Amino acid sequence: MTTFWLISCLILLSTAGFALGRHRALVSAGGQVRNLHSLPSYYGTNVALSISVPPLAVLSVWLLAQPLFIESHVAAMIPLEMIPENVNLSLVMSDVRRVSEGLDIAIYQGLMSAGEVEILDSEASDLRGRLGDLGIALGSDVRPEILDAARRYRTMSHDGRLMMTIVVGLFALVGFSRSYGQTDKDYRARNAVERGGMALLIVAASLAILTTIGIVYSMLFETINFFGLHNWRDFFFGTTWAPNFRGDSELSILPLLWGTLYISFIALLVAVPIGLFAAIYLSEYANTATRSFAKPLLEILAGIPTIVYGLFALLTIGPMLVRVFGRGDDGLLGVEWMTGATSVLTAGLVMGIMLIPFVSSLSDDIINAVPQSMRDGSLGLGATKSETVRQVVIPAALPGIVGAVLLAASRAIGETMIVVMGAGAIANFSGNPLESMTTITTRIVSQLTGDTDFASPETLVAFALGMALFVLTLGLNILALYIVRTYREQYD
Amino acid sequence: MNDMTLLERKVETQDIKIEARNVQVHYGNTHAIKDVNVKIEDKTVTAFIGPSGCGKSTFLRCMNRMNDTIQACKVSGNILLDGEDIYDKRVDPVQLRAKVGMVFQKPNPFPKSIYDNVAYGPKIHGLYNTKSELDEIVETALRRAAIWDEVKDRLNAPGTGLSGGQQQRLCIARAVATAPEVLLMDEPCSALDPIATAQVEELIDELRQGFSVVIVTHSMQQAARVSQRTAFFHLGNLVEFGETGHVFTNPQDARTESYITGRIG
Amino acid sequence: MSHITKEAHGGSLLAQSARTKKRNAAETRFKAFGIAAIAVSLLMLFVLVTTIIGKGWGAYQQTFITLQVELLEKKLDKKGNRNLSDIKKVSTFGYAPLIKSAVTAKVEELGVETGLKSKQLVGLLSKGAAAQLRDFVINNPDRIGDTVEFRFLASSRVDGYLKGRVHRESIDNDKNISPAQLDLVDALVLAGVVEKTFNIDFIIGADASDQRPEAAGMGVAMLGSLSMMMVVLALSLPIGVGASIYLEEFAPKNWLTDIIEVNISNLAAVPSIVFGILGLAVFINYMHLPMSAPLVGGLVLTLMTLPTIIISTRAALSAVPSSIRDAALGIGASRMQAVFHHVLPLAAPGILTGTIIGLAQALGETAPLLLIGMVGFIASNAPDTIAEGLMSPNSAMPAQIYEWAKRADPAFYERAWGGIILLLLFLVTMNTVAVILRRRFERRW
Repeated sequence: MTTFWLISCLILLSTAGFALGRHRALVSAGGQVRNLHSLPSYYGTNVALSISVPPLAVLSVWLLAQPLFIESHVAAMIPLEMIPENVNLSLVMSDVRRVSEGLDIAIYQGLMSAGEVEILDSEASDLRGRLGDLGIALGSDVRPEILDAARRYRTMSHDGRLMMTIVVGLFALVGFSRSYGQTDKDYRARNAVERGGMALLIVAASLAILTTIGIVYSMLFETINFFGLHNWRDFFFGTTWAPNFRGDSELSILPLLWGTLYISFIALLVAVPIGLFAAIYLSEYANTATRSFAKPLLEILAGIPTIVYGLFALLTIGPMLVRVFGRGDDGLLGVEWMTGATSVLTAGLVMGIMLIPFVSSLSDDIINAVPQSMRDGSLGLGATKSETVRQVVIPAALPGIVGAVLLAASRAIGETMIVVMGAGAIANFSGNPLESMTTITTRIVSQLTGDTDFASPETLVAFALGMALFVLTLGLNILALYIVRTYREQYD
Repeated sequence: MNDMTLLERKVETQDIKIEARNVQVHYGNTHAIKDVNVKIEDKTVTAFIGPSGCGKSTFLRCMNRMNDTIQACKVSGNILLDGEDIYDKRVDPVQLRAKVGMVFQKPNPFPKSIYDNVAYGPKIHGLYNTKSELDEIVETALRRAAIWDEVKDRLNAPGTGLSGGQQQRLCIARAVATAPEVLLMDEPCSALDPIATAQVEELIDELRQGFSVVIVTHSMQQAARVSQRTAFFHLGNLVEFGETGHVFTNPQDARTESYITGRIG
Repeated sequence: MSHITKEAHGGSLLAQSARTKKRNAAETRFKAFGIAAIAVSLLMLFVLVTTIIGKGWGAYQQTFITLQVELLEKKLDKKGNRNLSDIKKVSTFGYAPLIKSAVTAKVEELGVETGLKSKQLVGLLSKGAAAQLRDFVINNPDRIGDTVEFRFLASSRVDGYLKGRVHRESIDNDKNISPAQLDLVDALVLAGVVEKTFNIDFIIGADASDQRPEAAGMGVAMLGSLSMMMVVLALSLPIGVGASIYLEEFAPKNWLTDIIEVNISNLAAVPSIVFGILGLAVFINYMHLPMSAPLVGGLVLTLMTLPTIIISTRAALSAVPSSIRDAALGIGASRMQAVFHHVLPLAAPGILTGTIIGLAQALGETAPLLLIGMVGFIASNAPDTIAEGLMSPNSAMPAQIYEWAKRADPAFYERAWGGIILLLLFLVTMNTVAVILRRRFERRW
């Protein structure tokens, strides 16, 4: 909890700094606020910000960089032949971390002294057992190299933390003395505070970019690792998805992509006509009363979390489809086409229902953007409303509607819960919508949940799939947003 | 253009095309048109003038039931087209609007080609049998709207790419192609520059040969230039209606006189 | 002029031409499609809501069996000295015979004829009954030797039978319940021993193992969701508002600002599962934050919610007319002061509405939580402190619902639907607050 205490100290110090800065400014002005350049609270804020902001920035950078630095340093200590076949360095490193954590706890609880740790011999003392008693479970006995690395890891972490505390404290001190020294009735405290505030605003705004970088970075590295372990040709051009935790898996994206696109297609087949006609009816025909009644209800459909739709697919729509298309002679059609509740149709239908309000509200906006004069022109020539809609409004709104459909498609491709619960787990290239199929998102979830070993291609493939999903949806979004934006500019 | 002075202009009396009897229009709680009676003659340009908000556009939109699209608008009284009440329950507004065409304040060509813009009316009303007939209708309409020479080489270019004045003449061609009997024009020149305005005004004068034209305008000069008959609206009332020359030179009502001389408006 | 003639539209206005009739029929058809589309959507909503309520309602009622249990001293405290550590040595297996005899006694007392063995009689009770008894004894050692009345949870099958979920026809393959047991249940219901009451434990209790669906509750998962929402609110509101203020009020028009803007609108459409991958890779694998912790969930949901909040906040800020800014600048305020003293307070209702809607979205989000491990284990105890609530493993409402839906025993499905009722109740409340805020404080400039 040292970080927590460090932050608390900084907050406390800034509060004190605020009071001191404010006081000093007032004293310098002889107690007359009007003699100050800025309001007294600005002087206080200036000191408080100088004490807290730079140290906090240093702190967060340090916290991010320290593990990276230590790990690369400690990892170099582990001899290459130490790493067994099929075991990744990161697995060894997690052992190192756990041992070091265990040593920490042991010292904290008084079971060992710090000096004892330094001379600890892994063979002589049953370290695994002793750590096990502390709740640190290790897979195997601790080897001397690992113990050495762990000791090194421990001391480096401790030194790092100490250095961090000192550096942060120094920054706070420098910040205080500088800002406190500057505090004077002529000092432009407001401008200084506003510059600081602006810097904070910029940091907040750039967090969006940081998130994107984080997304790309987090997936890119593991994707590269994956392609180091698995043939990229199999991933992109193979035809089979058959993960096998003994190794030798066939991991091709194509069957998953097929399942994803098939389900999304059925979803759009449901959502686009219904959503579009609903939007047309609401914007062109419905009176105010119907609009104010139906629109909020449609919005409710949009606000329902996807887990609810997933459950609806798994427990309601799926069994209902089985009753129609399955069960042999007991079924409604007397056929045996469907065995389980999960299928492409189940997931597609439910996803379609979910997308109806999405399509309709986007199309509604877009149809409303078509100027009324266009409709008047057509009606004035003696066209009926439906002729006006079909031949004037829809063609005029077409680019926008295409954009809306693309956005809906991107939603469908990235949707997770409905397919996890409603689509099934079998990857195949079938065209039969009553069979269960699997999707990219479903596989990401199943490869990354449960016991994950970040060294195996079976786990890492999830990152490659995530990357593919990200690129696919991002492409669709950029295209859709571009089309919609160009469309809107046409009528602005 | 008609260069004769107003009083010299000879106005022949034509058949009555549209007759309004005791027309009242309510917009929600507002009484927009109060008991208007008017007779619009065939093959004549009738101008509706008056200050903004006087109800002239509202009344114009009553004549082809464009007000039906506005929920809050209620029309009572009778408007007869060739003796038939257009507000009769049996009348289909779609059929009515084929006979009473409309040109709007802002040029509103559809986002289609010039050809498709003009062909739109004939297509929905089924006015042709073969493609060549349609071509002929389009050409005739564009010629009558005096824009044929400007667009004949680019009939497949989008109508929205034309200049404002050309767009408005395209809209007139579009209305003419449907072969209406009456052409309603709602301030057709208000969005145009003076040169385009002159072109459109000249066109209106020619259109009189084939149609009964009703034009709403802000500009008294325009009314004087293009119309044979003028109706002056004020606060929802039809104050004065008569030959354009008489209304402008010898107004009977004090309000008309004040408006013409620029004291109200 | 040959085709454009007066006769083009021939005939009287009062009679519809054949073509007009055809066109009007097309018009009616088109309109009918529109009405059908609306009707289908609303029907789906209706079906969804009735399904949820119909199937989830049962979770709010629970069947209990009232029994008098004699707390035999020779079983529970052989030494008879009420030493708590000795009493604790008796495991739940030691309590099972007490329950067995209590049930048998009850059946005999009522004089019900049943050929069931005592093991089958105990099968009517939840498997947690012995643990309940043991907890009571450990908390009240002085009651050993007395006969105490207990309300035990009935097993999920008995519960399902009383709620109409389990039928006599459907239990042929169910080894947990037999028709004879159901006969006994009927008799016990008549005698008032078995009864259904409101199930407060579902709302405040913890999840239970997959052997005891009757005991599973949402309470701890709700605390998990609450902790995550606190993190989301504490981070996304200041960051979101800060970013919006910069972009809307101060940002110069240059390529960097453009990139940020495009970035935000694209982030809003990135699939939520991708944020889960980000959370797994950055917060858990890189920063070594604990798996399944609400803090990590909150961080991931913050990143996911930020674009929503930024977009709505910017809309609220840009709706404040520039005359307000001009007025403030005109009396010598700095731009920063104009924004923070005038624009921001005026935009506050809009910002708040957007934030609440963003939070509601985050509350219902499941996919990223799966990847950071907020499913698949049983969070049995409520955390004691806020720090523990943030750092110790927990579930969240939607993740708990997913967990129940995955379990093999269909008795958990009722819990899942019931959990959805609770989740939707929260969402409806949040959205209603947002709508009321908008209605009450929205200004039209």
